[in-house]
Amino acid sequence: MGAYLVRRFSLMLLTLFGISVIIFVMLRLVPGNIADILFDSAGLINPAEKVQIERELGLDRPIPLQYAGWIGGLLEGDLGYSYVSERPALEEIARRVPITAKLAGLALLFSVLLGVPFGVISAVKQDSGLDYLLRVVSLCGLSMPAFWLGLLVLMGFVAEFGTIPIYTETPKSLLDALLIYSVPAAVVGFRSSALIMRLTRSSMLEVLRQDYVRTARAKGASETAVNYHHALRNAILPVITVIGIEAAFLIGGLIVTETVFNIPGVARFLVEAIRWRDYPIVQNLVLFIAVIVVVANFIVDLLYGVLDPRIKYAD
Amino acid sequence: MYDVDYDVELIKAGAGVRGGWGRLRFLARRHPLGAAGGAIMALFVLTALFAGFITVYDPLTTNASLSLAPPSGAHWLGADFMGRDVYSRIVYGARISLAVGIGSTLLGCAFGVVLGLASGYLGGWVDLVVQRLVDILQALPLLVMALVMAASLGPSLGNTIIAIAIPLIPYVARVIRSNTLALREMPFVEAAEAIGMSELRIALRHVLPNTLAPLIVLATAQLGSAILTEASLSFLGLGIPEPHPSWGRMLSESAAEYVRTAPWLVVFPGIAISLVVVGTNLLGDAVRDLLDPRQRS
Repeated sequence: MGAYLVRRFSLMLLTLFGISVIIFVMLRLVPGNIADILFDSAGLINPAEKVQIERELGLDRPIPLQYAGWIGGLLEGDLGYSYVSERPALEEIARRVPITAKLAGLALLFSVLLGVPFGVISAVKQDSGLDYLLRVVSLCGLSMPAFWLGLLVLMGFVAEFGTIPIYTETPKSLLDALLIYSVPAAVVGFRSSALIMRLTRSSMLEVLRQDYVRTARAKGASETAVNYHHALRNAILPVITVIGIEAAFLIGGLIVTETVFNIPGVARFLVEAIRWRDYPIVQNLVLFIAVIVVVANFIVDLLYGVLDPRIKYAD
Repeated sequence: MYDVDYDVELIKAGAGVRGGWGRLRFLARRHPLGAAGGAIMALFVLTALFAGFITVYDPLTTNASLSLAPPSGAHWLGADFMGRDVYSRIVYGARISLAVGIGSTLLGCAFGVVLGLASGYLGGWVDLVVQRLVDILQALPLLVMALVMAASLGPSLGNTIIAIAIPLIPYVARVIRSNTLALREMPFVEAAEAIGMSELRIALRHVLPNTLAPLIVLATAQLGSAILTEASLSFLGLGIPEPHPSWGRMLSESAAEYVRTAPWLVVFPGIAISLVVVGTNLLGDAVRDLLDPRQRS
């Protein structure tokens, strides 16, 4: 186990190093940098001023030097300064993380609470009307773009209440706070719950055909005990893998949903930073997302060993 | 004792099915949902191909007097802010979705197949390097990767196709590699080696054709995801540039304002995207059942 952890951890670091290089180089291939944008938007015409801006931002240095500067700073906890707000990138990112973290946590909770039980029901009642209904709903969930679902929800709010839930940092009441976060989280979570439901269903169907499930029924265990105690416990393993992958899936949903609901989280911030060629923000945020995805998958791998005693990590 | 009507059973199993149409009818009866998906996709492709024949208005022509006109007899699905006919834009938008969906899937599959085949068949350091590359590409969510790529390459149809194709490569490479690893141990590969065939020839003539079934399953599944990613990129303003009628672009950020004033601008492009993705998902499930019975749901 110890050797496995060391190997897995070094692979993780290698992957993150690779991502940092790719992102850094990709961003510098972008036609036009922040100096061009500032130059155009400020209506400047003197090329010397553009050179001056580039020098101030360190964009005139060779790319390997710029990269070394970034990684060196990162190791010391210095993420650089946002080109747009000129405030420390760490501060800009850190104040937005809690908003997105709350949304992501709620969305994940929503998707598991909805996906797993409905997946079980769909499998237990295979080929019934309810099963077909649930399958159609999950298919819709997978096929609808998250931003469109968000817009439809906003439309529903307009029709019902004449207004839409607007994000505010100081909600008036607990109900307001709940509405601000839970509506977009449900939109993001609905799509993920569809994926979890489909997987729980197929995994349960496989397990329900096993001999030990028949044995449990034969010895007189109740249907609930058979379904939830015997079958689900073994069917949940592949579902947990997907919940690990969900981390990546959720971020995609959050990017568009934060944009639709105008929520100032990190996901929307990434899109804004990409548009403004705000390199320090984009490269740090993308690396941050990669860390979350890689760590989530690492935790899932470790959970395997805990949940399924048959899995042993070879040293 | 059970009475078995062998004639009925034989017909059910597809005996006596003749010709292309007969086979198609048999498959449609056997996989009704897949047939529905196939029908949606056929409609989608025909709409894209014959867009000029089924529309009256030009999708790019603006008309200030029609700005935000609601659906009517003349403009079935209404008009947008610039007075452009929404129906025409949706019909022509099918071309963009089809081009991006097929283009990026084919491009992603082509590179994925080469990497996967090389990685699985050659092994050694090639495998090591390719696997690390795949790890790196898979550590970022599809949309984030596509966003960075799209921003790096600049907004255009070709660049959007490339931006979506690159994140698809690792998925294809993984599947092809694992299939190649299994195929490499098969007796027919050993036989080909024994008669002195070159490695490249074995990989291309014997291993590659046997990886086609999982590749087709994966490609059908990825088609929907490519179309959704294009819609998301264009929605965020980093995909297909104006004035091209992309479904995602039609729902761009200003759509949140139209939720109150012009809901038809929000509803119809979304239906188009969802319908096509439902089609690819249904077709994908049926193709998987047909070509990869072990994964049957």
